[in-house]
Amino acid sequence: MSQPHPDPPFVPGTSDSAPAPALSLQGLAKRFGGKVAVDGLSLDVPAGSFYGMVGPNGAGKTTTLSMATGLLRPDFGTAVVHGVDVWRHPLEAKKLMGILPDGVRLFDRLTGEQLVTYAGLLRGMERDVVRERVAELLVALDLAADGGTLVVDYSAGMTKKIALASALIHAPRVLVLDEPFESVDPVSAANIRGILERYVASGGTVIVSSHVMDLVQRMCDHVAVVAGGRVLAAGTVEEVRNGSSLEERFVELVGGGTNTEGLEWLRTF
Amino acid sequence: MVAHLLSLKFRLLLNGFRRSPGQVIGMVIGGLYALGLAAVLVAILVALRWADPGAAHAVVVLGGAGAMLGWLVIPLLASAADMTLDPARFTTAAIPMPQLLAGLTLAGFIGVPGLATAVISLATTATWWRSVPSVFGALIGAVLGATTCVVLSKVATTATASLASSRRFKDVSSIVFLIPLMLLGPLIATATQGLTGSGAFLPRLAHTLAWTPLGAAWSLGGELYAGDFGGGVLKLLVALATLVGLLWLWKLLLQHALVTPPYAGTARKGSGKLGLFRVLPATPTGAITARALIYWLKDPRYAASLVVLPLLPVILFFSGRQGGSFEALSLLGPMTAFLLSWAISADVSYDSTAFALHLATGVKGVHDRLGRSLACLAFGFPVVVVFTVLPMLVTGQWELLPNQLGLSLGVLFTGLGLSSVVSARYTVVVPLPGDSPFKKPPGNVAQTLAVQFGGMFVLALLVTPEVALMVAQIITGSQVAGWANLFFGPALGLVLFAGGVRLGGEWLDARGPELFARLTVNR
Repeated sequence: MSQPHPDPPFVPGTSDSAPAPALSLQGLAKRFGGKVAVDGLSLDVPAGSFYGMVGPNGAGKTTTLSMATGLLRPDFGTAVVHGVDVWRHPLEAKKLMGILPDGVRLFDRLTGEQLVTYAGLLRGMERDVVRERVAELLVALDLAADGGTLVVDYSAGMTKKIALASALIHAPRVLVLDEPFESVDPVSAANIRGILERYVASGGTVIVSSHVMDLVQRMCDHVAVVAGGRVLAAGTVEEVRNGSSLEERFVELVGGGTNTEGLEWLRTF
Repeated sequence: MVAHLLSLKFRLLLNGFRRSPGQVIGMVIGGLYALGLAAVLVAILVALRWADPGAAHAVVVLGGAGAMLGWLVIPLLASAADMTLDPARFTTAAIPMPQLLAGLTLAGFIGVPGLATAVISLATTATWWRSVPSVFGALIGAVLGATTCVVLSKVATTATASLASSRRFKDVSSIVFLIPLMLLGPLIATATQGLTGSGAFLPRLAHTLAWTPLGAAWSLGGELYAGDFGGGVLKLLVALATLVGLLWLWKLLLQHALVTPPYAGTARKGSGKLGLFRVLPATPTGAITARALIYWLKDPRYAASLVVLPLLPVILFFSGRQGGSFEALSLLGPMTAFLLSWAISADVSYDSTAFALHLATGVKGVHDRLGRSLACLAFGFPVVVVFTVLPMLVTGQWELLPNQLGLSLGVLFTGLGLSSVVSARYTVVVPLPGDSPFKKPPGNVAQTLAVQFGGMFVLALLVTPEVALMVAQIITGSQVAGWANLFFGPALGLVLFAGGVRLGGEWLDARGPELFARLTVNR
């Protein structure tokens, strides 16, 4: 990475010439009691891609992302971020990643501004740098007017946004965002998309998980369909959807069909 | 519909048992405690059958009025009001108001406090098992009184529902509740001293209360036994009017509440106030210290222990004055040191899943441990020193001061070291963030007890040298042991503190994800 050089043209099938992946998962597996949540999942996320991970509820998306980011120790398999093994060298790997976990609390007795500052200082950043970036992030995410409000008093969407700011503060090379758009209003969502797209354009890598197929189809350049703890399909969005819309392709892959039979009484009033 | 509401409440109660064995144990212990208390009160009421009618009347009326006050006040302050049948949840179910009121009232009797109140109220019929009219009077009074208790609590919680749903009110009320609870001992002692001075006061108070809504229902049995039928009828009217009035008020409040859900609005505040983050060094350790200190002040689960601190000397002083010796007061310093340093042994459990931030940012374990300990030390050190010197003003045993200081500081440092190790490895069940400090937390109670008692046992072993030097001075009267402890206690404590922070840090580095996995179980 010391010498700037033009990226080789992307040719499907010739993986030798492709740049080193930003995140490489190999054979990840996790069992909770008797239930296998992730079942030997392998996935390569190319550097500089906007990668979507879609799957039904309980597919193992959150478990996979937790194992990829050092929050949950896998039973088997490895996760490598830009050549650094997450589980052998966790401190180095975590410097490269910005993480937005889903379903965890925040230190919500801090104000929004304090929380983001806290995240920056925990990363060992300089006070002045932190102050500047916090101010910019709060403005960019439209939270400046609520910077002094306790996070516990935030709405769900604001809480999501402040958590995102905490994940961005140290300018990571890879962003792993678990359900970043859940309960975020459309204006803020467009805002966040703009930020992420500029980030990808300048060489960063984003991995998002989502249920919203339309959003993934419009926003991401790569996508992986996950169900039952395995990857059913992965590649560029065009490759995966293969002519149809991502939603149709997803339902086709995951199965289960569209069970709209019955419920006749619902049409009788 | 009423039957539906009752069976719903019953089902909710039963399903509470199915969640975990720990909860069953907790509920059984709570139930046994209430049962014991109820049995004692019932026994007293039965025994009053053979007491002087005037005295029995006074006891029943005062006790009943007290119960009503309790039902009014406790649900408000404990922020633990039983909201399993929160009327707001029936908004969409379109239940006719009279049936909703009847169902909710009867459902209020299902559960430990409601059942206990009903049983104890009915026991007053035993007290007035003296003549036919008095038995009937007591029975009607018991039914009216117990029902009024339940309705009163519903009126109070409904009226304050929107207030109580604001976070600030919850935070403050759950801490303020502690103060009278802690001072209960001295308060009761003072009150009994004052009351025994004027023996005639209580019957007169009961006589007056019997004409008020608080006591009218409870005095029916007594009045009818005394043959005062006119008074009895008037009091029955007072009691009935009270109940009907409360029901009407409740109906109005409910009708209002069902269409205006509570809105917990807070003022927006712009950025610019970093507080402690600006003051403390801009390092991971400094940031964690700042965050922990903010939590000591702003999180009621931490702040509750800060409120207890100034009350400790007061309680020990009062109990010492009544016992005539202030020996216990000289324990104030070491006791405070223990309580404060042990408080952070559950620090990571208090974080709950917010701990993910520490894990995600890759904070070194040592920084994490040190930051939390320094926050506790920042106010713990001055408080422990002051609380060690303060009792000397009362006891006058200044020759013990160096020794006491050594012991207290030794306990403080050793405890912080041990807590740093314990909270890096073990989680305990604590109230979740945002819950009342008194709410019974979900989770494995057995492990919590094992960690707590195991930790205290180890702490006792670790501070044996300091305790030995203290005992040595008390027995031999030699000042040498005291000065030795003043040097030795903090020195040994600091060594153990450093060792604890290092060991805890290493454990956290190695097993952070496992610790986090344990935290995600109770969230």
